[in-house]
Amino acid sequence: MRGPKLFSALAGVVGLAASGLALGLEWNFVPAASKLAADIHWLHEAVMLLVTIIFVGVFGFMFYACYAHRKSKGHPASQFHENTTVEIIWTVIPAIILVAIAWPVTKVVIAQKDTTSPDITVKVTGYQWKWGYDYLKGEGEGISFVSTLSTPREQIEGKAPKGEHYLLEVDHELVVPLGKKVRVLTTAADVVHSWWVPAFGAKQDAIPGFIRDIWFKADRTGTFRSQCVELCGKEHGFMPIVVRVVTAEDYSKWVGEQKKTAAAAAERK
Amino acid sequence: MSAVVDTHGHDHHDPHGGYGGILRWITTTNHKDIGTLYLWFSFIMFMVGGVMALVIRAELFSPGLQVVNPDFFNQMTTMHGLIMVFGAIMPAFVGFANWQIPMMIGAPDMAFARLNNWSFWLLPFAASLLVLSFFTPGGAPGVGWTLYAPLTVQMGVGMDLTIFAVHLLGMSSILGSINIITTILNLRAPGMTLMRMPLFCWTWLITAYLLVAAMPVLAGAVTMTLTDRHFGTSFFNAAGGGDPVLYQHVFWFFGHPEVYIIALPAFGVVSQVIPAFSRKPLFGYASMVYATSAIAILSFIVWAHHMYTVGMPVTGQLFFMYATTLIAVPTGVKVFNWVATMWKGSLTFETPMLFACGFLFLFTLGGFTGLVLSLVPIDIQLHDTYYVVAHFHYVMVAGALFSAFAGIYFWLPKWTGKMYDETLGKWHFWLTMIFFNMTFFVQHFLGLAGMPRRIPDYPLQFETWNKISSIGAFGFGLSQLLLLYVVLKCIRSGAPAPQKPWEGADSLEWTHLPTPVPYHTFETPPVLK
Repeated sequence: MRGPKLFSALAGVVGLAASGLALGLEWNFVPAASKLAADIHWLHEAVMLLVTIIFVGVFGFMFYACYAHRKSKGHPASQFHENTTVEIIWTVIPAIILVAIAWPVTKVVIAQKDTTSPDITVKVTGYQWKWGYDYLKGEGEGISFVSTLSTPREQIEGKAPKGEHYLLEVDHELVVPLGKKVRVLTTAADVVHSWWVPAFGAKQDAIPGFIRDIWFKADRTGTFRSQCVELCGKEHGFMPIVVRVVTAEDYSKWVGEQKKTAAAAAERK
Repeated sequence: MSAVVDTHGHDHHDPHGGYGGILRWITTTNHKDIGTLYLWFSFIMFMVGGVMALVIRAELFSPGLQVVNPDFFNQMTTMHGLIMVFGAIMPAFVGFANWQIPMMIGAPDMAFARLNNWSFWLLPFAASLLVLSFFTPGGAPGVGWTLYAPLTVQMGVGMDLTIFAVHLLGMSSILGSINIITTILNLRAPGMTLMRMPLFCWTWLITAYLLVAAMPVLAGAVTMTLTDRHFGTSFFNAAGGGDPVLYQHVFWFFGHPEVYIIALPAFGVVSQVIPAFSRKPLFGYASMVYATSAIAILSFIVWAHHMYTVGMPVTGQLFFMYATTLIAVPTGVKVFNWVATMWKGSLTFETPMLFACGFLFLFTLGGFTGLVLSLVPIDIQLHDTYYVVAHFHYVMVAGALFSAFAGIYFWLPKWTGKMYDETLGKWHFWLTMIFFNMTFFVQHFLGLAGMPRRIPDYPLQFETWNKISSIGAFGFGLSQLLLLYVVLKCIRSGAPAPQKPWEGADSLEWTHLPTPVPYHTFETPPVLK
């Protein structure tokens, strides 16, 4: 009797996933906006396919045993308890599969770590609880601003209806040009933070007193949103990351505006 | 069979004219009493940590801040983790070890009886320190159970209490482990060679070595935090020449073996339960022992897979990735062995077997998400998201907790001398199974979609899954009260249990000892064929 019940539990889980799909809920990676992210998502799908096949295979045996080898069905207990051939096979085959997975994964790891010859270098500084952006090299060099959550407090406390980009909106977005290699240097002023843009497959801890780097190259324009992903104190959930990818012309225009504002601000002083 | 049972005629409740009442429990040096203390302590901690989890899930039921403020939310995530790992799961398995190891190897008691008492009685003090930290200025630390520096340096005095609590917990674990190692290596009955021991004893022997090696490392990490906080050192402060990432390395050098410290005894319990209800010997006993040892050794060289995003050199990432994926091989061997044990058996599905099957199924699922996470590029996308939360709850809850439940139902008749209510036990299993998956399966989706862990409030697209997860969590929590009811009912009014209620059980406690077991067993060693 138990076999079918286990099956129905399994079916329930699968059904839940399927209903999630049907409702159009977020249940998978956000769409990739860089080749690196696309590669990562492909790897994930390939590995998931592989493990699903193994999972179904192994538990096919278990559920079949649960169904067919029951005492209530009068199945007698065999007394075998080892089989060297089988044991060697199921040690060696997983090892071979792992080596097969390792090859494509290693290529992506190496690509992910290659931060050489960037077009633009931006330093990202984690503060409790906001992000600082400094354009260090390339077009826009010298631009510098701080990016803080712009969701009003009333929305968080439930005194106003929540907006579309609740908790994922900032006063100053990081603006980068399309198709250019952006090197991001991360550091922090107080505790460890972590800067992440899932659409680019780029995540790097920001460590106080140290500089680390990652890179991304966006392959479509748009606004990409994320949050700090390393617990950094009480407002950890309230320091979003928003990156706007624009065309090269729009980027030059934006840089011009920023410089003008900066010059005006300098004059006022 | 009963010829070797202790026949000295001690009164069941009169251990050598010792104290009665509460003093009996405070002064006891009996492995069964101490095992009982460990198990009740861990159940209480399980409830305390569970209430904290429900506070977390209540806050996450809807976007916005409703129930608690972010600061208290962080305190909840921290204490939930610490209490569940150090207060609930670890002591539960030490409780099993205390009850079972002497009986399974034919020993009269643990090797160091007084030390055993002390190992347990350190725990309530450690737990009190943890709970006390809530009442200090600034409250309990809100830093996550991993206690990452330098956030820990910003915390109030609650952090210091937590550090001392970790010291005490570590001492308790080390002393308990020394006791277990000594007992297994020295007190086996004649003829009980190492390779004839029940697998539960093997997994605990290996776990105890892991504890002795890993707990001092944790003590070092938190002590360095303590001196950074108060005595002007700069282990984790770059301005003074230190490095915050050093903390993470030291912590995870303890932290990864810790994962197996929790998992291996669970493997041991399941390796007793599955053969018993399959009425068939464990498949591949020797390879189980080797696989367990391999896992234990590998666990010391994979720690930095918790830190792929700290910015390691590419060679470091590749080394830790390859080493981590290797763990899949011995773990796979174990899973295959369990399934092969069931294959062509004569299966029945009493509650212990249900939990063991649930363990096998869901732990393997958690193992596969572990394989996904071991791959650096994929981990970069999933690190510190709810995918990780889902993964480790599949391993810790569906893995360790399910197997602890299997063990409780399996040995309860032997311990209490009475049978539990099988129908209620099955209800407990199915409710636990359904609500567990409802709580944690959807968290995979949250993580994939990008929800960071340890946040008290979240963007709107995550709302539906969080609602499902929260409802599941409350169902899961309430279902555990049923376990309490089943155990109490068993103790008070269960039907008397036979010496061997499980047809396929074959270790010494079933074959050589009456039910209920006498207070002192094996004062003369059993004779093994």
